[in-house]
Amino acid sequence: MRERIDFSDVTFRYQEDAPPVLKDVDFFIDKGEWVAIIGHNGSGKSTIAKLMNGLLFAESGDVSVDGSVIHTDNVWEIRKKVGMVFQNPDNQFVGTTVRDDIAFGMENHGVPREVMLEKVAEVLRDVQMESYEEHEPHRLSGGQKQRVAIAGVLAVAPDYMVLDEATAMLDPKGRQDILETVREVQEHSDLTLITITHDLREIVAADRVIVMNEGEVWFEGTPREVFAHKDALSTIGLDVPFVAKLTQEMKKHGISFDREPLNHEEMVEELWNLHSTK
Amino acid sequence: MNNSMIIGQYVPGNSLIHRLDPRTKILVIFFFVIVVFFANSVWSYGILTAFAVGTALATRVPLSFVAKGLKPVWFLIIFTFLLHLFVSRQGDILFTLLGFPFYEESLIQGGTLSLRFFLLILFTSLLTLTTSPIEITDAIEALLHPLKKLRFPVHELALMMSISLRFIPTLMQEAEKISKAQASRGVDFRTGSLKDRMSAIIPLLIPLFVSAFKRAEELAMAMEARGYQGGEGRTKIRALVFYRKDYFVFFFFLMIVAATIGTRM
Repeated sequence: MRERIDFSDVTFRYQEDAPPVLKDVDFFIDKGEWVAIIGHNGSGKSTIAKLMNGLLFAESGDVSVDGSVIHTDNVWEIRKKVGMVFQNPDNQFVGTTVRDDIAFGMENHGVPREVMLEKVAEVLRDVQMESYEEHEPHRLSGGQKQRVAIAGVLAVAPDYMVLDEATAMLDPKGRQDILETVREVQEHSDLTLITITHDLREIVAADRVIVMNEGEVWFEGTPREVFAHKDALSTIGLDVPFVAKLTQEMKKHGISFDREPLNHEEMVEELWNLHSTK
Repeated sequence: MNNSMIIGQYVPGNSLIHRLDPRTKILVIFFFVIVVFFANSVWSYGILTAFAVGTALATRVPLSFVAKGLKPVWFLIIFTFLLHLFVSRQGDILFTLLGFPFYEESLIQGGTLSLRFFLLILFTSLLTLTTSPIEITDAIEALLHPLKKLRFPVHELALMMSISLRFIPTLMQEAEKISKAQASRGVDFRTGSLKDRMSAIIPLLIPLFVSAFKRAEELAMAMEARGYQGGEGRTKIRALVFYRKDYFVFFFFLMIVAATIGTRM
C-alpha cells in the first residue's frame, strides 16, 4: 500500500444530463509532497478538492487515499486524514471564539479535553496567533480567520491538507501571510500539501504543479516547467505573472536565461549572471 | 463596526455572580421563580426582595443597565397595579379620592402582584446581564441532557444556538454593507411614509437571505469536511465545573427558600 492520494480515470458530473466537470482525470500525490493544482474558473479544480475527502463521490474511476478507495463507509476515516481549508474565511468558522473553532474538528473526533487544550495552544503557535485564543471571529481579519482555519485542520493531525482557493478572498498582505504560514508548516512537518489556486504566483513554492483545463489534466510538471509554457497558459485563461512575461519578451530580443526565473529576486540574479558572463 | 460588540444585554464583569457556573444561575433562577409564588406575608416578600436586590447589587453591573432591562415591563407592572386598584373591590374602603373609593384589599393585591412581577423580571434579567450567551447555551445543553433519553435533540439545539450567536455579528456587518450598497443606488431607508420605508427594506432583506443560505450551505460543507457527524461520540472543549462558590450559593439560596416558606402566613 502506497501512502498517496490517487485519482485513476476519475469522471464526475454534478447532474446526470450535464457535461462532465472532470474527464478521465488521472494523477497521484505522494506523501510529503507539495502539489499545486491550478486552473481558471470552471476547470474542475475545486471539484477535485471535494473528491479528495469524500464531500463528492466520483461517477466513474477511483479516488483512493493511502490505498483505500473512498466510499460512504470509510469517508469519516478519510476526512480525518485529509483536512480542508475553504475559500470563504467567514463561512468555515464554526466556533464562537478562536479556541472553540480550532477545537471543533477535535471535538468531532472525540479527543479528550486536556489534549485539546494543549493542542490548541500548540497549533496557534504554528500559525503565529498565540494571543488570539479568546477572540471572536468578527474581531479577526480575513487572513487571521484563514490561519485559524489552518490551525483547526492541523489540530487533528491529518496527513494531507487541501487548501481550496484559501487565499482567493484575501488582500495581498493576508495572502502573503497565509502562504508564509503554509510554507513554515510544511517545512517542519511531513504534511502533504495540496494547494488549489487560479493564481500563478502561488505555485512558485510547490514541488509539482498540475494544470487543469476544461476538466482535464492539461500539464504536469515543476513550477519552472509550467512557467516556461506561458504562452499556452494565457490561452487557457491563466494570468501570466510579470516576471514570466518579461522573460518572454527578453527571449524575443535574443536574451535567454539558464533557468526560468520564478520571482523578482531570481530575475535580478539571472540578470546579474547574464551581465557578468557577457 | 464596533470591535467590542456585545450580543444581547451581557455586561462583562468579574463579580462573584459573573463567575458562577451558568447552571447554578439558571437553577437558582428557576427555583426563585417558583418560590416567589409562595410568598404571602410582609416578611416573606421582604426576604425575597432583599435577596433579589442584594444579588443585583452584587453583580456590580451599573444600575442603569439593570433598569434598561426592566424598561419594557415597567408599563405592565404599573398597569397591573392600577387594574387591581380600580377594578377589584374587596375589603374595606380605605379612603376616597375625588369620589372614587380605594379598597384596602385591592391595594394590597395590586401591590403584591406588581412586586412579584418586578422580582421575577429583575432576577431573571440578572442571568442575561452576567452570563455570556454561549455560557447560557452550554448550561442549557447540560441541564437538558437528561431529555436525550426521550430523543429530544439537545445537542442539535445547542449547536443551532451557538451557530446563530456566531453568525449574528457577521450578518449584521453584511446587512450594513448591503444597506450602504443599496443606498448608493438610490434606495431611501429614512424618509417617506411607513409603507415606503417598509418596501425599501425588501432590497435589503432579499440579498441578506440569499447570502445567509449560501453561508449555511458552505458552513455545513466545512463542518462535514471537519468530521462533524452529530453529537454522538463528541467531546467538548468548553467544560462546566461546579466550584465551592457554586455550592455555597446553593446553600445560601436554600436558606432563603427556607426563610421564605417559614415566614408564610
